[in-house]
Amino acid sequence: MARIDCNHIRHAYGPHPKSDKDYALKEVHHAFEDGGAYALLGPSGCGKTTLLNIISGLLYPSHGELLFDGKDVTNLSTQERNIAQVFQFPVIYDTMTVYDNLAFPLRNRGVAEPDVDRKVRETLDMTGLADMAKRKARGLTADQKQKISLGRGLVRSDVNAILFDEPLTVIDPHMKWVLRSQLKQLHRRFGFTMVYVTHDQTEALTFAENVVVMYEGEIVQIGSPAELFERPKHTFVGYFIGSPGMNVMPVAVEGRSARLGSQTIELPGAPKAGITGAIELGIRPEYVRLGASGMPVSIRKVEDIGRHKVVRASFEGRDIAAIVGEDEDIPADPKIAFDPAGINIYADSWRVEMGG
Amino acid sequence: MGRTWNNKAWFMVLPVLLLVAFSAIIPLMTVVNYSVQDTFGNNVFFWAGAEWFEEILHSDRFWEAMGRNLVFSAIILVIEIPLGIFIALNMPKKGWGVPVCLVLMALPLLIPWNVVGTIWQVFGRVDIGLLGYTLRALGFDYNYVNDPFDAWITVIVMDVWHWTSLVVLLCYAGLVSIPDAYYQAAKIDGASRWAIFRYIQLPKMNRVLLIAVLLRFMDSFMIYTEPFVVTGGGPGNTTTFLSIDLVKLAIGEFNLGEAAAMSIIYFLIVMLLSWVFYTVMTAYDAER
Repeated sequence: MARIDCNHIRHAYGPHPKSDKDYALKEVHHAFEDGGAYALLGPSGCGKTTLLNIISGLLYPSHGELLFDGKDVTNLSTQERNIAQVFQFPVIYDTMTVYDNLAFPLRNRGVAEPDVDRKVRETLDMTGLADMAKRKARGLTADQKQKISLGRGLVRSDVNAILFDEPLTVIDPHMKWVLRSQLKQLHRRFGFTMVYVTHDQTEALTFAENVVVMYEGEIVQIGSPAELFERPKHTFVGYFIGSPGMNVMPVAVEGRSARLGSQTIELPGAPKAGITGAIELGIRPEYVRLGASGMPVSIRKVEDIGRHKVVRASFEGRDIAAIVGEDEDIPADPKIAFDPAGINIYADSWRVEMGG
Repeated sequence: MGRTWNNKAWFMVLPVLLLVAFSAIIPLMTVVNYSVQDTFGNNVFFWAGAEWFEEILHSDRFWEAMGRNLVFSAIILVIEIPLGIFIALNMPKKGWGVPVCLVLMALPLLIPWNVVGTIWQVFGRVDIGLLGYTLRALGFDYNYVNDPFDAWITVIVMDVWHWTSLVVLLCYAGLVSIPDAYYQAAKIDGASRWAIFRYIQLPKMNRVLLIAVLLRFMDSFMIYTEPFVVTGGGPGNTTTFLSIDLVKLAIGEFNLGEAAAMSIIYFLIVMLLSWVFYTVMTAYDAER
């Protein structure tokens, strides 16, 4: 296990990057702590797989360096880095049995056969493949194959880190839960450093202690699931995490209040003086209170999604979403109020600190 | 019971049936017809039964040609299949090299058989041919007209030059269909170059290799034009393959009955061996 430091890593796939646009990864400067469970979360094309492949050594970054436990590994090969990686689509060796598939990474490294057997049997039990150990891998279903891929990632116990690149994409939903909790258990038991790439927020939030949100080749926020929810650093994090995402509306800020159209909204504190650029107010639907007092809205639609209702309304000519309890009534003359605890102010999409 | 049988639908396949009959079945039946009859000329034929077949199967000439053909096909497969795989493995997978290599590889396949023969016939000549002349100048006693061994070498090298490309292109098609993730996983798993070939590339090329082996076997077993142009079957009979012998028999000696019987035996052998190849390779495939 190792601590992984990414020092000012940038990567461009083209040969002569000129502007920021040519970089798939703009600049990543971040440390993955030894034994941490991280999720890299972001939409397709945000650079998360690029970052993962740079860590594993399948790609060499155009700029910057990579350290494992303080040792520069930027120019080392994948083998020398001793990394395990599981890919989005199952990669299996068709002609081998399930057992031999799992033994393959160990045998390639010259591990003695009794140790291979012990490790492989452990991994077979862990992934639930024990009863098909002798079968040829080619005839299996997609999720069984992906379990083999996962198993090959887990079979070596001496790896510096285990990287997962959307490994559960092809797995049935109920199996996803099972496998994800198994991975979490493994993490707790063996303390692997794990980095898990996904575009699924539920997956990221349930798997990881630390979620790294990426957007257009940059890390926009790193934090615990709660931090990402309460204090999104970037409006993108607000949109991307949560269902429905954060309401973001342009406002004008004066001292401790924000003005939107004819309405004035009380802020929990005064943003630092002198903020410039496009100022926006962000509030999650969970903090929008629907009731008989406050600012008037007109309701367009109510979606009952079981645990609660999502109210889609029009507020000062903009769409706004609010979440109300399953049993609460929708008032005839609806008004909304913003819970100050849930208000964030953004300047040019980045969050602005508010003093008390 | 309640079903309506619309037999008129059969008329839909009639054109194809006529075409196939005209181009394949009728000529084949003509051959069958000749193979069981004899003639003394004047278009008068009489029944000969299996005589021609017996004659062919008891003729040394036939079995010698057959032996030469089997040896030739075996050599061709042993050289062209591994060489084709080797070249395909080393061809670029992306960049400007891909179209260049593909065009270079396709070129020999675009040249008509008899032109290939002519090229090598001239190329190997010791008086004016670049290859023959150079070998002579270097002190090799090379002459495909007189020396059976040299004739064989020339015909084999010519076939390798002409047809290895086909194996290369088929294998290359199999190779480029392997997703990148396989190679990445192999790197992560610490697989050696050999292990990558053995466990990723070879299994993925399996199907195209089956086709390559079948095509190369059938083609080499039926080879006619190129050796005919280069050596004419000589020196002596040393490069007389079944097809060349067949033409000598049918057109040179106008021995229609025997030639027809030989054609049928030849045809059955090609079918039988292709079936054996196919069965063995697919069985191997299924078992794995």
